[in-house]
Amino acid sequence: MAKNLFRTALRTCMRGGMVFSAVAFLAHGAKAQDDRGARIERGRYLAIAGDCLACHTTPGGKPFAGGLDLKTPFGVITTSNITSDRETGIGSWTLQQFDGAVRHGKSPKGYLYPAMPYPAYAKITDTDLADLWEYIRTIPPVRNAVVTNKLPFPYNIRALMIAWNLLFLDRTPFAPDPSKSAQVNRGAYLAEGLEHCGTCHTTKNFLGGDTRGTYQGTSLQGWYAPDLSNNPHTGLGRWSADDLVTYLRSGTNRFTAASGPMTETIENSTQHLSDADLQAIAAYFKSLPPRTVAAPAPLPATNAQMVTGAREFIVQCSACHVSSGAGIRNMIPTLQDNPAVNAPDPDSLLNIVLRGTNGPMTAANPTGAAMPAFGWKLHDDQIAAILTYIRNSMGNAAPAVQPADVARARKTIGAEQPVWR
Amino acid sequence: MNYKRPKADVVIIGLGWSGSTMAEELTRAGLNVVAIERGAWRETSTSFPTTRDPDELSGSVRKEILQAPVTETYTVRNRVGQTALPLRKYHNLTLGNNVGGAGTHWAGASWRWLPFDHQPHTHVMQRYGAGQLVDGLILQDWGVTYDDLEPFYDRFEKIAGTSGTAGVVNGQRQPGGNPYEGSRSSPFPTPALERSRANVLFAEAATRLGYNPFPVPSAMIGAPYTNALGLNLAPCTYCGYCQLYGCGNWSKSSPNICILPVLMQRTNFTLVTECEVLRINTTPDKKMATGVTFIDSDGNTGEQPADIVITATFTLDNTRLLLLSGISTPYDVASGQGVVGRAFTFQTLSWAFMFFENEYMNPFMNTGALATQIDDFNGDNFDHTGLGFIGGAGIQSLSNQGLPIGMAGLLPKGSPQWGKGWKQAFQRGYQNYAQIQGQGTSFAHREQFLDLDPTYRDRYGRPLLRITFDYNENDRRSGRFIRDRCVEIAREMGATEVGGDSFADRPYSGYTPWDSSHVQGGVAMGEDPRTSVQNRYQQNWDIPNLFVIGASSFPNNAGYNPTVVVGATTLWTAKAIIEQYLRNPGPLVRL
Amino acid sequence: MKRRDVLKGGLVLMATTTLASIYKPAYSRTYVGGTGMWKAAPPPPLSVVDPTRLVYLTPQEARLAGAVFDVLIPADELGMGATEAGCVTFLDHQLAGPYGSAAKDYRLGPVVEGLPQQGPQGIMTPAEMYRRGLAELEHAAHAEFNKSFLDLSEEQKITFLQGVERGTISFDTLKSDQFFVLMLQNVREGYLADPMYGGNRDMVGWKLVGFPGAIYDYRDWIVSKRGKKIDVHPVSLLARA
Repeated sequence: MAKNLFRTALRTCMRGGMVFSAVAFLAHGAKAQDDRGARIERGRYLAIAGDCLACHTTPGGKPFAGGLDLKTPFGVITTSNITSDRETGIGSWTLQQFDGAVRHGKSPKGYLYPAMPYPAYAKITDTDLADLWEYIRTIPPVRNAVVTNKLPFPYNIRALMIAWNLLFLDRTPFAPDPSKSAQVNRGAYLAEGLEHCGTCHTTKNFLGGDTRGTYQGTSLQGWYAPDLSNNPHTGLGRWSADDLVTYLRSGTNRFTAASGPMTETIENSTQHLSDADLQAIAAYFKSLPPRTVAAPAPLPATNAQMVTGAREFIVQCSACHVSSGAGIRNMIPTLQDNPAVNAPDPDSLLNIVLRGTNGPMTAANPTGAAMPAFGWKLHDDQIAAILTYIRNSMGNAAPAVQPADVARARKTIGAEQPVWR
Repeated sequence: MNYKRPKADVVIIGLGWSGSTMAEELTRAGLNVVAIERGAWRETSTSFPTTRDPDELSGSVRKEILQAPVTETYTVRNRVGQTALPLRKYHNLTLGNNVGGAGTHWAGASWRWLPFDHQPHTHVMQRYGAGQLVDGLILQDWGVTYDDLEPFYDRFEKIAGTSGTAGVVNGQRQPGGNPYEGSRSSPFPTPALERSRANVLFAEAATRLGYNPFPVPSAMIGAPYTNALGLNLAPCTYCGYCQLYGCGNWSKSSPNICILPVLMQRTNFTLVTECEVLRINTTPDKKMATGVTFIDSDGNTGEQPADIVITATFTLDNTRLLLLSGISTPYDVASGQGVVGRAFTFQTLSWAFMFFENEYMNPFMNTGALATQIDDFNGDNFDHTGLGFIGGAGIQSLSNQGLPIGMAGLLPKGSPQWGKGWKQAFQRGYQNYAQIQGQGTSFAHREQFLDLDPTYRDRYGRPLLRITFDYNENDRRSGRFIRDRCVEIAREMGATEVGGDSFADRPYSGYTPWDSSHVQGGVAMGEDPRTSVQNRYQQNWDIPNLFVIGASSFPNNAGYNPTVVVGATTLWTAKAIIEQYLRNPGPLVRL
Repeated sequence: MKRRDVLKGGLVLMATTTLASIYKPAYSRTYVGGTGMWKAAPPPPLSVVDPTRLVYLTPQEARLAGAVFDVLIPADELGMGATEAGCVTFLDHQLAGPYGSAAKDYRLGPVVEGLPQQGPQGIMTPAEMYRRGLAELEHAAHAEFNKSFLDLSEEQKITFLQGVERGTISFDTLKSDQFFVLMLQNVREGYLADPMYGGNRDMVGWKLVGFPGAIYDYRDWIVSKRGKKIDVHPVSLLARA
């Protein structure tokens, strides 16, 4: 076993032109093997932090064999096979080529699209990148040829990404802020780099580049990735660092339960992070400057949608969320003073109501309480009234949701139509 | 096509409360466990979400959640000499048809049994002597006592999140609880639910009569709770869709929400659904079990070899599987010899049905076990001298019914069942009806037993199980006594019309409305291989790697529902397997 | 149509086309721990039955069933009668589905008449019982009054059905009292089940007794409305609140 491992490692090193030479490897003998094992372990941890598996695996498919379709505003991008298969995976790559793809958006075959979060991964340190590569190379080869680019013209021209990268890719590696604690800096490194929080939570411009509104929330793939800035109305202002840690560890906390894509991020990635790293990420977000978001005046209770919504809420929602909207800690989100409810864009609310959502299932909280779908059951006007009511009562204030918004969302996310007239 | 699955450490047949409780313990101990379940996988938000659950027709009326008689049924006769005939339509024995078993659709009453119920023979002999027993009655201790089981009762309640008000904690009486209960090491995990209008009237009347009313412990969670396995449960909403429904909002304890999400994460757990186990396989000398043979939904026959076989199916099917597999000696009524199918019991129900004037019972606000009870006439909590019977009943105001189709026939005396008069009577009766249930003990009898039917077969051609049962004289005497107590309390509650009924006064039927679904025994645990199939650890006397768990092990039935006892005895057996059997595989009790 | 033909027709079960009968359960599956959330196969979708056409009963059978149902649950000051409430539509769709074909019953022989406590031993399905029972009922009405049941006076209908209920008016091919029990059960179901099944129009049955319908949370009322009148507007599973 040890001999095999040694031979495999040796072969891979010679083939790949590794950072340390085969000669050095031989000289170090057993110790080097231990080092390598430790580096693979670190790499495995970093791959989990980077949530590589989530995109590079199809549901029920072989790990890292790619083939998952990502729906971007520009069209479908299919994720690549990153197993060590030489033909269809990245088994023939060098560390440099791996670095090119992960941090610079350029694979041996051409430019990548930023669906691969290389703008975030650009922050990864050299050491972490090398460790990550050590681990990625241990992934067993799976033969799975993937056509990654199914974009329509002109987005299918990969060379266009050169210009995009010039405009939006910040190639500066992560630089610690000396005015902040080591913990906050560690959190910033993880959040901005491997965990690539901004990939979803930061507003993109019309070409998919980050704007300056960091972590202010944005819509993608039929979901609204909520505001993570420090404001109490739509952001994380009311959450303590412990609330954040509990959420990232278990998928739930005293206020809420994860839904949509965040559920997978927690299940695949953040629940596996060390306590110190989760504390660091929480400290980083809590260290972001406070932001003021003006809350609109809530609609009056006499508003027609509000009256209908209040009635429908009792019938459809209170069995789980409680008539007061209080929810149940660690499983059913409270709707009271809920920043996600106040989001300017109701995409996530519509998605959850129309299609339901799996609950997070983590080691810390395996409950997995899910929300059932209502798309088959409720008409556009009912859902609009319920959401308008929730968004303008229980301490919330946000623009009303119109039946047309519901109809549009149904179409966008392919939700069912009501089964009755 | 025949196929063989890879060998497992343990195969568990049936994944209801007992099977999933066992699977959780054994996988946590590191064993590789395969569970085989006849029903399909079910989970809350897909299978019984709040968006479709509140529907009386598909639930209580068409009973869609149950295993249908077409899949398997039982034949019934009252006594030897009669021809047993099949229960062709949905009957009172409400079997589950899914992963979670009947634990998914159960009503939720969550009792620890009295110390008396585990050692009835010792207690009766000490207090009254053999003269108290009617002819033919079978009375035997379980080999495990309440004190043995207390830690496991405690653990199971903390898995289920049981709600209730403790009566005795560490030997100290607690206000508002059951003063007769065995001493508890801790109070209930969640507080008792609020009372219904009928419960309040009952509690007041019982108190005036000098009795001790207390809330029935239940599976309806009393407050947000994180259970012993780290799973979160939500508080009950009194919607009334409990019995014959899955719970849509995580507020009724079930294997589906209290255990299975944890098993889903264990890599040493495998679940095979929609496969029916045909038999337990043994070595030719019948000294060891080797696994099970099952049939899948494509008609293929599969084999699951295992080092330990655990049978956790419905009570009656546990007995049937042993008989079909030729394991242990079948009971022979003529000689009284043999053990499989012996010590079979049912439950002795008595009722008071009552109507009030100008009440608003609002019966739709209920749960499957929203009840206030007195135990002053249960078990051996009262002096039976001169009464001519043993046992008794839990007497309870039970608010478990408010759905209109089910209540359409509950009318004041003399009301027409159709026409204009029905509409008027139904309108009045719906808000003014209340009921008191006496859920009575049942002791085994020489002439009550289970065996294989000589005529009727299942869809695979295997004999159905035959039930030979009628109430015995002890049941009839205790049933009437309890009925009279129910009626007295109903009158004290201020009802204007009260009717009483003791089911034991009529021949047993599988279709009697308001009857119990609790059958017990057939694979009794005990102290003597001549009168029990398995030892105090639910380990087969003849085959040490075979454990048959569930209410089939109980040689008598109490004035309570059985689920929590099933859970506690399962945990007790799991501990014996992990701490004793694995270290030294072989009989855990040597005679 | 001759009576004999009606009876013969009843032996042939009509093909059913309801969603519930098309729905096939999942097959044997193996689930391995640690592979993420195990999702269940979704149950058959709910739907509102189409009241505009019959799916099992013939028009004549539907008229007869409706005439019986309107005696069992008549229109009066407490609310509409059974037919107006959709109970025949309800029945028609129930008979066309798994209930009508007794799909869940144990139907293997030998079929032997047993003791009352052994329960029903006949294996005739509800759909067959209606096909035969309604024909028998009409035949018996002719024998008794020389008229169709449809043309009897209200009093005659009541008297006649009392005879069916008691079994004093007997049928040849099934027990009249058992058929009566079935009809009474089904008309109550239609009047009181969720309106999506075709009956209980405007939730008339629920309003009769003050049942709130498809509600899943009474926490706010369990104490505050204990013993008190609740004015509720009931709600169906598939409707606006």
